[in-house]
Amino acid sequence: MAEQRVSRRAILGGLAAGIAAPHIARAQGQGPIKIGELNSYTRLAAFCIPYRNAMLLALDEINGKGGVLGRKLEFVIRDDGGTTGDATRVAEELVTRENVSMLAGTFLSNVGLAVADYANQRKMLFLASEPLSDAITMAQGNRYTFRVRPSTYMQTRMLVEAVKDKPVHRWAIVCPNYEYGQSAAANFKRLIKEVNPKAEIVAEQYPALGRVDAGATVNALAQARPEGIFNALFGPDLPPFVREGNTRGLFEGKTVASLLTGEPEYLLTLGEETPEGWIVTGYPWDQIELPQHKAFVQAYRARFNDTPRLGSLLGYIVVYMVRDLIAKTGSLDTEKMIATFEDMAFDTIIGPVTMRGIDHQSTHGAWVGETTLKGRQGAMKNWRYVDGATVMFPEAEVRAVRKA
Amino acid sequence: MDLSFVVIQILTGLASASSLFIIASGLTLVFGVTRIVNFAHGSLYMLGAYFAATIISRLLDLHYGPVSFWCGVLLAALGVGALGVVMEVVLLRRIYRAPELFQLLATFGVVLIVQDVVLKVFGPQDILGPRAPGLRAPVEILGRRFPSYELVMIAAGPTVLGLLWLLLRKTRFGVLVRAATQDREMVGALGVNQRLLFTGTLFLGAFLAGLGGALQIPKSPATPRMDLDIIAEAFVVTVIGGMGSIPGAFLAAIMIGQLQAFGILIFPKVTLVLVFLLMALVLVVRPYGLLGRPEGPAPAHAAAFNGAPRPWGPTERRIALGTVAALALLPLAGDAYLLKVATEILILGLLAFSLHFLVGTGGLVSFGHAAYFGLGAYGAALACKHLSLPMELALPLAPIAAALGAAVVGFFVVRLSGIYLAMLTLAAAQILYAVAFQWVEVTGGDNGLVGIWPSSWASDRTIYYYLTLAFSVAAIAALRHAIYAPFGYSLRATRDSELRADAIGIDVRQQRWLSFILAGSAAGLAGGLYVFLKGSIDPSALGIPVSVDALTMLLLGGLQTVMGPVVGAAVLHGLKDQIMPLTDLWRLFLGCSIIVLVLLFPNGLVGAYEALRLSSTATKGAASARRREPDGAQSRPRAPLEALARSRASGAGGETSKADETV
Repeated sequence: MAEQRVSRRAILGGLAAGIAAPHIARAQGQGPIKIGELNSYTRLAAFCIPYRNAMLLALDEINGKGGVLGRKLEFVIRDDGGTTGDATRVAEELVTRENVSMLAGTFLSNVGLAVADYANQRKMLFLASEPLSDAITMAQGNRYTFRVRPSTYMQTRMLVEAVKDKPVHRWAIVCPNYEYGQSAAANFKRLIKEVNPKAEIVAEQYPALGRVDAGATVNALAQARPEGIFNALFGPDLPPFVREGNTRGLFEGKTVASLLTGEPEYLLTLGEETPEGWIVTGYPWDQIELPQHKAFVQAYRARFNDTPRLGSLLGYIVVYMVRDLIAKTGSLDTEKMIATFEDMAFDTIIGPVTMRGIDHQSTHGAWVGETTLKGRQGAMKNWRYVDGATVMFPEAEVRAVRKA
Repeated sequence: MDLSFVVIQILTGLASASSLFIIASGLTLVFGVTRIVNFAHGSLYMLGAYFAATIISRLLDLHYGPVSFWCGVLLAALGVGALGVVMEVVLLRRIYRAPELFQLLATFGVVLIVQDVVLKVFGPQDILGPRAPGLRAPVEILGRRFPSYELVMIAAGPTVLGLLWLLLRKTRFGVLVRAATQDREMVGALGVNQRLLFTGTLFLGAFLAGLGGALQIPKSPATPRMDLDIIAEAFVVTVIGGMGSIPGAFLAAIMIGQLQAFGILIFPKVTLVLVFLLMALVLVVRPYGLLGRPEGPAPAHAAAFNGAPRPWGPTERRIALGTVAALALLPLAGDAYLLKVATEILILGLLAFSLHFLVGTGGLVSFGHAAYFGLGAYGAALACKHLSLPMELALPLAPIAAALGAAVVGFFVVRLSGIYLAMLTLAAAQILYAVAFQWVEVTGGDNGLVGIWPSSWASDRTIYYYLTLAFSVAAIAALRHAIYAPFGYSLRATRDSELRADAIGIDVRQQRWLSFILAGSAAGLAGGLYVFLKGSIDPSALGIPVSVDALTMLLLGGLQTVMGPVVGAAVLHGLKDQIMPLTDLWRLFLGCSIIVLVLLFPNGLVGAYEALRLSSTATKGAASARRREPDGAQSRPRAPLEALARSRASGAGGETSKADETV
């Protein structure tokens, strides 16, 4: 009986879609321009909900001013379930049912790569907003995939540049045990040796993501008596590591270079536990004086009664990038959009950003500075904005690694 | 390595062992008494952490001091205990009579609900609780600093162990709990109020989970994903210790704590798999865990299945043929996306059916069916990527790879039974997961492999749909044939009475081993079809969620039916597909749907159909219905006298009770 119900529903659904299909085709001419956005809104809500908020803010601004090409810009936002299996199905739904003109989004690297590969197979433009994996624009890069956020390599290189003049030779590494952590560690080992031939790695720890055994890890690192520590732990692993390290005196008198720690997502959780003087990449949203950025912060706070996160900044920039891309291309043809996108310059709220043509990586940078405690809140000080263009993979390396 | 370092590392390991033990003790207690595999235990742990993080902060604002802190911990744990009572009264109590394992499905629904509720109530940001007042400063041990809170944690484990021992040895409640752990039905037959006993046990179990979460707060933040991060580890501890054994859990927790602390010094990446390796080793050597004993009178699996599967009547045959015909015509009516979802449902249906072959016919509950699905997927993907084979040659490798894997895993697994068997399959899947995750050069690590698309002739969605339809229907028909073939009958004999099957000359282990290989290769085929549908593969195909999904599908469809799993796959996947785009709260809705289905159809959807069919035959002729009853789906005698008789019979002769009933 239940089996019958399924097939009946399937047929009804199919009929409904069949009836609706010509309607959709007709609507594509004058209705809204649809962009398919998929992200881990339930699994990684702390990052993705501020990201979505800012997208809605940007969309309202754009559509309030008449949209793009005289049409409304619409983002069809879906949860990708945080797995590759769900994400490719959701992408298929966006492409075949919603008739979106391009795809955007994803957070996790494996999901980003799977969707990028799907986009390549179905010849859809895909703007990967958040995944950090170098592979997305390098070894697994493809013609249809572009990435906004600075990659693991770029952010690691920013940190290495920031610590290269310090008299630190004995480094310990602690990274979460998955692609982001492994590639951060590999990049760090390679880059630190380039700037400091005397540097040696005296200890490496790779706790499982989300399950760091902080006490044992801190003790193991301390045992190697490093002079500097390179950390890529983030999210739920960071606070226990910092607490144990503070209590056991791991960080005293040592240089700590830490990826992503200056992002408000993580500083907010750390609160008064924020360590003093770590060299980090992050986003000091409250201190950036660019007028257009201040306007964004003001609008965001007014609308959501919350402070912006890095996700918010990214969501806002992604929507405006899509608008500019479509406006400049003047059509929704995928091939034409790709041709426009390559080496296109954008004027964003954080300054000029270019989409580099040879690897489809944007020059969106990051802020490098030191962590500090302001009252009971963590913050960044002595920071500067590092333009992504200065830390990208050398062109020769891109040509050697990228297949398309 | 100097001495002070070793001492500190031992102490650190003891502290993590303590918190692991406190969580696991609740799980093992609940399982011992109620036989419920409580998936929601991790959710209760997470709630404990969230409660503590918020309550303690408030209390410390009112009055800063150790009293406020420890009151907060206790309040949080009591609050979670109360939620445990709610869960028992509202949900679990209603389904104790359903086939065992079915409660697992209900608790899985609770997991989904709690995830979304926590996100809504506490927000997406991780919450870092305060440190414990009076214990902020470290102490100096052999010249090294050590957090004083860790010393409290080290003491907390043995304290809880001692209190539990007092409770279980010196109170009436404890006596009853121990009695129920040994023979639950006997306790019921002797007139003990089981409801009160179960409610009390659930309270205690939830209290311990909440306590574990609350004590964690000065060390790490409350996060929305901590439930799933802890639950597998907690299960491992209870299994290594022996299900239902609290001292065993303590021993296991200490072993794991020390192994973690020293393991990372030698293999820094080992934490991913260490606990599962240990569990596999322990189970191979000691099939009932360190301090466990063979399971009680009614083995969990045997009680779940009744009698022989009924061959199809004319109505069922018509439904089956009609369904296949409708599926064959689907591309005429459906759009591209519908075809995609239908293809996925066919693949998941095959996966669930292959699991059902083990669980339903063989009585071998596998918690790690993802292993064979993933092996098939990786087998095909690796052949495609590294050997550059086309789909036509890579796809047949999927079932072969999975069958080989199933042969190896099955060789060890068939020596066990019940929950231990289930956990060894889980360990095998997790070990494979870790291999796929860590062997970056070959498997691509957690990023996986991409660009595995069908050959050009099959890349059209409709053609690939037909390909999947042909393979799935053929494989399901073949497995179904095996159920009714002599092989299926002898396999069922080993399920219903191991002793008698052995006595009449059936090689029990061999039958089970063969069934693992057969079911594994079918799951592998599903994996192969899946990888070419998705174009990519990553370790999540081997992960626990895939195994849980497969189990959910077959439980939803109905354990005691043959075609149930396929219906369950269609319902679960269809639900998910419909709900996910609608709302951020899709896990809440999915969880609620599962619970509603569990409450409405305690024998699964197809089980409900069977019951309906039986009652309609009953109106036609009561006599014929009664004759059919032993074959039927739902009846499970629970009258106290009969239960007593059963436990007596089995007390004397192992697993004969089941056979007596059918004879």
